[in-house]
Amino acid sequence: MEALQRVFGKNSAYWLIGPAAVWLAVFFAFPMLSLLSTSLSDPSGSPIYGYTMTWELQNYVEAVGDYWPYMVRSLWYAGIATLLCLILGYTLAYAIAFKAGRWKNVMLVLVVAPFFTSFLVRTLSWKLILADNGWLVESLKWLHVLGEDGRLLATPFAVIMGLTYNFLPFMILPLYTSLEKIDPRLNEAAADLYSTPWQRFTKVIWPLSLPGVVGGTLLTFIPASGDYINSDLLGNPNTQMVGNKIQTLFTDASDYPHAAALSVILMVLIVGMVLFYVRRAGTEDLL
Amino acid sequence: MSEETTPEETAKKGVSRRGLIIGGGVAAAGIAGFSLMNRGGSGSSSGDCVTTDLSDTEATLNVSNWPAYIDEDDGDYVSTLTQFQKDTGIDVTYTADVNDNVEFFAKVRNQLGACQPTGRDLFVMTDWMAARMIDAGWIQKLDKANVPNLDKNLLSSLQGVGWDPNRDYSAPWQTGFTGIAYNKSLVDEVGSISDLLTRSDLKGKVTMLTEMRDTMALIMLANGADPEDFSDDDWGNAIETLTKARDDGQIRAFTGNEYINDLAAGNIAACVAWSGDVAAAEDDNLVFLAPEEGMNIWSDNMLVPVQGQHKANAEKWIDYYYDPVVAAKLAAYVWYVCPVEGAQAEMEKIDASLVDNPLIFPTDDFLSKTHGFMALSEDKASQYEQEFSDVIG
Repeated sequence: MEALQRVFGKNSAYWLIGPAAVWLAVFFAFPMLSLLSTSLSDPSGSPIYGYTMTWELQNYVEAVGDYWPYMVRSLWYAGIATLLCLILGYTLAYAIAFKAGRWKNVMLVLVVAPFFTSFLVRTLSWKLILADNGWLVESLKWLHVLGEDGRLLATPFAVIMGLTYNFLPFMILPLYTSLEKIDPRLNEAAADLYSTPWQRFTKVIWPLSLPGVVGGTLLTFIPASGDYINSDLLGNPNTQMVGNKIQTLFTDASDYPHAAALSVILMVLIVGMVLFYVRRAGTEDLL
Repeated sequence: MSEETTPEETAKKGVSRRGLIIGGGVAAAGIAGFSLMNRGGSGSSSGDCVTTDLSDTEATLNVSNWPAYIDEDDGDYVSTLTQFQKDTGIDVTYTADVNDNVEFFAKVRNQLGACQPTGRDLFVMTDWMAARMIDAGWIQKLDKANVPNLDKNLLSSLQGVGWDPNRDYSAPWQTGFTGIAYNKSLVDEVGSISDLLTRSDLKGKVTMLTEMRDTMALIMLANGADPEDFSDDDWGNAIETLTKARDDGQIRAFTGNEYINDLAAGNIAACVAWSGDVAAAEDDNLVFLAPEEGMNIWSDNMLVPVQGQHKANAEKWIDYYYDPVVAAKLAAYVWYVCPVEGAQAEMEKIDASLVDNPLIFPTDDFLSKTHGFMALSEDKASQYEQEFSDVIG
């Protein structure tokens, strides 16, 4: 800190905060204000002739009244996907952290590898895998897991699988960082004290990995509940999530005020849930 | 931010940098917030906003069009686009980024409304959206002297539409029909809209278009209403029919042009489709047919936005495509209704089998079974679009 002050003068903190603050002001605070003002505008305006801000709180009432099922569905799908990610991600992160040996780095690169191609392309490839006449559906039919008319594409199952797949790396990486920091000797010590493997997990590993669990679930749940690509490409009209609704309100219906109100509600809801979750997990100081 | 005082002066007055940063931030946020309270409001008249034409110095042209709407180079076949570039020396950037009128509208509305360039010199919109944009003052008037072919060769049935009586602002790119496409390797003929909406072997295998007018016109026809002249009740019934089909799981998705891939892949068996797409897919299993109840007819129009910076080049493009030889070549490829007089005669030389194809050169008898869509006021349009979007998800 002193060294910094010598270079930048006693106001060094401001110079350091400056660039990010300006960036956020322009690209975050400004759009947020715009969103808020649109959400309180008179919906009888049009995208061509503009909207007048009239403190139209009714927009919020209508958005909740008309679109709450989409909200519930989003949280539900995102919740299941997060849980699946946690189960899959935890075992994999554990394996990488403690069992991978010299393959550790290779495996970490593989976890990140999907990011080298676009989100959209990866989701589209799921369409090929789950296609009605594809090998997967045909095999499942042959095994009688799926009925004669059964399908995977355009079902809630496909949407949740897509979400799980797309957000899995966001779960694995924070989990790995947490697990990797755990001293393996703690585990050995617990074993020396006659704890069973299960006890070692619940009393030693799990509590120490909680920051990763909290970080991972947040990084998965938040984007998943706002996602609309998966539902758009892999779902059907009855699996639309709140992100789809916001998108169609903005683009198809050109109803900016309700779309904006719905976005604000989603944001407030998620911030609220996150705060509650972090409190309950007792990990405020770990974040 | 506080332009009157330089940081030095401020420092002299003893105001800390912190104060400056916070003050500036608050001021900026305040101004921003205030200006947003009455955002938009930019039904700008095109006169204020028309940009200088750079065509004299820049031989480039940026075109936005719908997918599968132009011929492509293939082996020895030289596309109309390549030929245009050779003939005129204009370098064309052709992007197929229009998948849906409203979606495209949302993409460009902020720039067009604020009188800023979208990077496009010409784009293609369906009649009703073209009308809306011209009405908003976003479209440049074409210089008739630069488009003699348009004047000479535009089909008489397409001259003088209500929203552009002299075709001062728009030139039809193609006209087409909305009907049914199905994959004959998967299902028996799907001959009517009611089949599409109710047949049990199609359950979960049907898509409809996100374009409200295309989808709703057909459903109204199936309900016995007239899409060219319908009441609120007719509309309400059609919405109900659509909602039921969605809730029953009959409809798998609402899509733009991408339905054609799913139809070929067998993910869907039948769908509401545009007449040229099936031909463009070049898949023998795919069939396009006119539903028993009738078809929807529409035109897509070339428009030059007020901030399109290469208007003269765009006019060369329009004029080029109104040459009957070029038009026939394009029509033979895309299989949409050719808006150019004389193209039918030229078609004889290209592919004689297409001369009598009603999807490209419809007879009056054929046209009598097609229906347009009623013009809607801005209010009605937004009410209907809202209701439609609530059903499609």
